Amino acid sequence: MATLITQALTKRFGALTAVDAVTLSVEAGEVFGLLGRNGAGKTTIIKMLTTLIKPTSGTATVAGCDIVRQARQVRGVIGYVPQALSADGELTGYENLLVFARLYDIPRHEQDARVRDMLASIGLKDAADRLVRSYSGGMIRRLEIAQSTIHQPEVLFLDEPTVGLDPVARDEVLAHIERLARDDRSTIFITTHYMEEAERLCNRVAIMHQGRIAAIGTPQALKMAIGGNGRTTLDEVFIYYTGSSPESRGGYDDTATKRRTAQRLG
Amino acid sequence: MTRQQNGARRSVLAKAPVTARRTGYLTGFFKKTFAIAAMELTKLRHDPTELFTRAIQPTLWLLLFGQVFSHARAIPTGSLRYIDFLAPGILAQSVLFIAIFNGISIIWERDQGIVYKFLASPTPRSALVLGKAVSAGVRGLSQTVIIYLLGLLLGISFNWHPLALMGVMTFVFLGAALFSTFSLIVACWVKTRERFMGVGQVLTMPLFFASNAIYPVAMMPHWLQRISHLNPLTYQVDGLRSLMLTGSIAGSLGLWLDLAVLLAALTGLVMISAWLYPNIAR
Repeated sequence: MATLITQALTKRFGALTAVDAVTLSVEAGEVFGLLGRNGAGKTTIIKMLTTLIKPTSGTATVAGCDIVRQARQVRGVIGYVPQALSADGELTGYENLLVFARLYDIPRHEQDARVRDMLASIGLKDAADRLVRSYSGGMIRRLEIAQSTIHQPEVLFLDEPTVGLDPVARDEVLAHIERLARDDRSTIFITTHYMEEAERLCNRVAIMHQGRIAAIGTPQALKMAIGGNGRTTLDEVFIYYTGSSPESRGGYDDTATKRRTAQRLG
Repeated sequence: MTRQQNGARRSVLAKAPVTARRTGYLTGFFKKTFAIAAMELTKLRHDPTELFTRAIQPTLWLLLFGQVFSHARAIPTGSLRYIDFLAPGILAQSVLFIAIFNGISIIWERDQGIVYKFLASPTPRSALVLGKAVSAGVRGLSQTVIIYLLGLLLGISFNWHPLALMGVMTFVFLGAALFSTFSLIVACWVKTRERFMGVGQVLTMPLFFASNAIYPVAMMPHWLQRISHLNPLTYQVDGLRSLMLTGSIAGSLGLWLDLAVLLAALTGLVMISAWLYPNIAR
């Protein structure tokens, strides 16, 4: 059964159509990757599905709840890790998790145990009482994912979770996401620029170009669809569908956010 | 989750008695307001330098400005010494300055991703706003301690009755919460740190000078008197003045009116900012 369904989901900002009639569905327990260049509309889709902005037209449901009419119910069953830094450097790892245990209605007497469990599961048991400012990039990302999964959401949204991480930290984070998919059977909706990540994590991917879905399917099927052979990479598929326009839109803000995130995590 | 479970969950929500849901909502609202306020105060506990640097400005106002103008006898304050008249005004001023720059924190949270995570959680927007207001209130209370210590040094005759002290804390808290919510509204509107610094400066000075903080309203030109009666700071200072001091205060507006105006203004501002807050995600 599909956990996430969008029907002609559209978002316009003035004259710009950031997301153009996107229809897709994600099955329960699936890891679904949304790929696309900067400005393709990936983050806008995630912001609509996480109830941060309202669609201009079209509908979507998450775990059976409408993202506009039942926004509060949706918020209770999703977790969201934004692209920009979302753990507070002025708080310890424990305190960062405690806030979200409270906001996600974990009963008071369970809060401490739940926070300690989460810290242990992301390998931050010994760093629990240190300020997050002193954490490495990989530690921060794992903490951020823990903040958004402390209530065991039905759907987890990850917006470019490995941007700005060094190779070792990236591998740690990917391994953590794999564990979530395998052990918790979470439905995960992830955006990324890195094709090897998409291949490693995702059951299915959609390639977005200028607000529309250009292609959707398993990585294997997409390679076949462009007439590829065994050596065709997902990179080639990506370029095939998105390489037609030389420059992507919305460059400056996007680039600024990424560089800032990279600087803070690096 | 299966389709049936989903259906079951929705029908439970639909059938729950309205009153039960409302009480649930209210307890949830207070719990989450507390969660946000506790988080802000934990940050303050980790790094309390702000409390000390914030103490410098009121100290200068009372020790330098207050002393000079006391001697000048330029401002008619009835039977009160000018320094006594000034102390509640400076308390309100330093609370205002702390609170008005609370908006910076929301812009900082927006530059990072923290605010998106809060907005995507099942937290009422008004609890996010009020939580920050409460933390501003607690910071304001720390200023109260400093003003009272300075006041003792300057021989100000404070009213030490426990009820009066509780009243002072209430007014400090309300004022801080009110102006911090006001600054969140400004932050939602201007969205960048640079613009906020500019607008913050432009707003605090008129609020301060169009109030009875450092001179009585009776001294002002007629048009300014009118503006000062629209300024919540005037009501905060007026309330503080009647609660903090022992002597009789000429031209007081009345404690209950002060309280009512501040409560009404706070409620209105929290509602406006809870409505504007989600715009920060755009």
